[in-house]
Amino acid sequence: MFGYYLDLALRSLRRNKALTALMVLAVALGIGASMTTLTVLHVLSGDPLPGRSGELYYPQVDPQDIKGMSPDKEPPQQLTLIDGQNLLQAKRADRQALMTGGQVPIDPSDSSLDPFYAEARYTTTDFFAMFGAPFRYGQAWSAADDEAKARDVVIAGTLNQKLFGGANSVGRSLRLAGTSFRIVGVLDGWQPNPHFYDLNTGAYAYGEQVFVPLKTMLELHLDHNGSTDCWGNGGGGTSSILPSNECVWMQFWVQLDSPAKVAAYREVLVHYSQEQKTLGRFQRAPNARLRNVMQWLDHNMVVPDDVRLQTGLAFGFLLVCLVNTVGLMLAKFMRRAAELGVRRALGASRRALFAQLLIESGVIGLVGGIGGLLLALLGLWLVRQRPSDYAALAHLDLSMLFATFVLALGATLLAGLLPAWRACQIAPALQLKSN
Amino acid sequence: MDIRPILSSLRRHKLTSALLILEIALTCAIVCNAVFLIGQRLQRMDMPSGVAEHELLQIQVADTVAPPNPYARSAEDLAVLSQVPGVLSVASSNQVPFGNSSSNGNIMLDPNQRERTLNATTYFGENIAKTLGTRLIAGRDLQSDDFVNVEAALKALATGDSKNLPTVTLITHTLAERLWPGQNPLGKTIYLTPVVGIRVVGVLDSLARPNAYDPAKAQYSMVVPLRMGASKDQIYLIRTRPEDRANVMIAALAALKKADPRRVVTTQRTFDEVRRRFFQDDRAMAGILVGVIVALLIVTALGIVGLASFWVAQRRRMIGVRRALGATRSDILRYFQTENFLLASIGIAFGMLLAYGVNLFLMAHYELPRLPGLYFPIGALALWLVGQGAVLGPALRAAAVPPVVATRSV
Repeated sequence: MFGYYLDLALRSLRRNKALTALMVLAVALGIGASMTTLTVLHVLSGDPLPGRSGELYYPQVDPQDIKGMSPDKEPPQQLTLIDGQNLLQAKRADRQALMTGGQVPIDPSDSSLDPFYAEARYTTTDFFAMFGAPFRYGQAWSAADDEAKARDVVIAGTLNQKLFGGANSVGRSLRLAGTSFRIVGVLDGWQPNPHFYDLNTGAYAYGEQVFVPLKTMLELHLDHNGSTDCWGNGGGGTSSILPSNECVWMQFWVQLDSPAKVAAYREVLVHYSQEQKTLGRFQRAPNARLRNVMQWLDHNMVVPDDVRLQTGLAFGFLLVCLVNTVGLMLAKFMRRAAELGVRRALGASRRALFAQLLIESGVIGLVGGIGGLLLALLGLWLVRQRPSDYAALAHLDLSMLFATFVLALGATLLAGLLPAWRACQIAPALQLKSN
Repeated sequence: MDIRPILSSLRRHKLTSALLILEIALTCAIVCNAVFLIGQRLQRMDMPSGVAEHELLQIQVADTVAPPNPYARSAEDLAVLSQVPGVLSVASSNQVPFGNSSSNGNIMLDPNQRERTLNATTYFGENIAKTLGTRLIAGRDLQSDDFVNVEAALKALATGDSKNLPTVTLITHTLAERLWPGQNPLGKTIYLTPVVGIRVVGVLDSLARPNAYDPAKAQYSMVVPLRMGASKDQIYLIRTRPEDRANVMIAALAALKKADPRRVVTTQRTFDEVRRRFFQDDRAMAGILVGVIVALLIVTALGIVGLASFWVAQRRRMIGVRRALGATRSDILRYFQTENFLLASIGIAFGMLLAYGVNLFLMAHYELPRLPGLYFPIGALALWLVGQGAVLGPALRAAAVPPVVATRSV
């Protein structure tokens, strides 16, 4: 029966080409716009480290002075250096890494290249294992290297390509800010999106080129970039003076692989705050937070408002397109009242007619879906031409491709329900008589 | 024209009419809000910076190895730049209006107050007001003996020593009015921390902050006499004639490179580019909204054409009878036009309510102001025009139906 109905549907659609084209166009436009914006939203609100992010937590404590305190205020977004180091040394999580960002000048030994600045991350050894950063050559520096303030550096694959043509550069030296470093590892194309571990750099399409032990950075006074928030008489953060201990500028991440450990770590943070208050460093009552990656991204509302607004707008547009299609389909089905009346009189059940008409709307949905997909590809290409930092990420993946067809078919079948039901209410005798 | 026959005919097509009304209402609601959003974006893009926008260049250079004396290096660079032909004035600064990256401080009027009064941005560097071209409307500009090196100031701050800290500042007119409404701000003191009290010595007409996201706070700016010293974060600002900008940029970069050929130029742009970049998302959003409005109106127009054509075809017989009974072509034309006008008007009425609802939702989620009444007639007018334009074709076809149709059986 399906084949026959399909044949009927195609005949009927061919009979009134303009109207069919109009319906397909409306569905395609609506689907195209919705899928473009939905894909952007999907990409931007995605999980930066699938399978791993649920175990990664971002601890916050409140070291600020009593000024401007109110009971339900959020603690600062980052940690002071001293709190970060204390929590790092306590080693109360499965893994932990303290970090901040900056830019360092690289002076290539190969004099055909001019010196340039590269994004840097200053961190501790667990960073790579905890975030699952894959190594192409070599490995991370060790905990002992952290303590020894080793002149070790891990570089990104792209920098390795630029400086060494992609060859294994482990063991070679690299001049950073006038100091010679030894390359210990080369990463294999790793750039989580969003840049969850430090959102101050811009949330999307940001990747560090060099990774340097934090203590080495502190000793050499390497440049620090990002947000520095101070209170009281806190200050610093210029090239030669580090931010004081009344400033937050560090990010700290821990890995906790069971709910019991998460609960225990919350206790650790409260306990630490109390201890610091007893020592006189903290003035406020313990005010700690522990969010995992997705909660942290959600809390910081990384997805731009404009993107959500555009998605809403596109779905409003899709709704108008669908109402339009419902109206046109209704008009079309009612116009064929006579034909449907004859089929009813010849013994077709209401259910059979209903199925036939739904197949017709399904065909429109399928063709509209294909058109919508092409329009979405065009739309995403347009998005990629825009200068926003997330523009380059706007690509359709398999799940969104599937979603496009589900949305197109589902929406048009839904739109076909009302006209099909209405057309099935036709009394066969009346239609035959009027002719 | 009598609308009763139209109403009774529409009553026989309740479902189709309702769908058309719904489509018009949705379109009207979205168009009203989209036009409003476009207005908001355009208004934001018009935000004044307070500086001579077409006469400014921004340059940042960084050394691969930090210079032994960054203050001396900065002074040399400024001297070198001021010698470049075509340069009218040179400044060093930590930030530029609409530059995004910013230093901000919490202002208090009393060192012991518990909550800050407000958050303002702090410009520091030499010769800023003059080079940017922002007008001093009261008091005096900063002088060279006001200036303190930033490193000395930070050390003083850490030890709680009030010597070696800046003592004076320039603030914008808007900031002065916000802190001391209706009073003379000259001589008044602002506290950035309990030990840093600085006296207002001059008032600037206008100077936007780098992070001007909220128009109400965009002018909360102050200029503090701190010397940063040469580093990759220090900005050199050059004032020149608009037509000289390209040549001066090339010459200025060459002059800076001459001092040290291994220096890296990290930023080189005109202020026009600074503004374009800062508002690029607003421009893109306004463009997308225009696109959505056009697409919506086209889809709705095509929907009206489709339904009207269907109705005309369905009523051929009725039209023929009316023509045979003496109705003129223009009567038939006017019949379909009036019918569309009625449907559009009902749709618009619902659309207004819906537009208001959408606006309430947007206000709750996106910090938007209330939709001014002015925008409702825009949506109404747009849909009336689209409706009448779309129905004209089918209506003309209806008017062309000859009376003889009435005598044919099918």
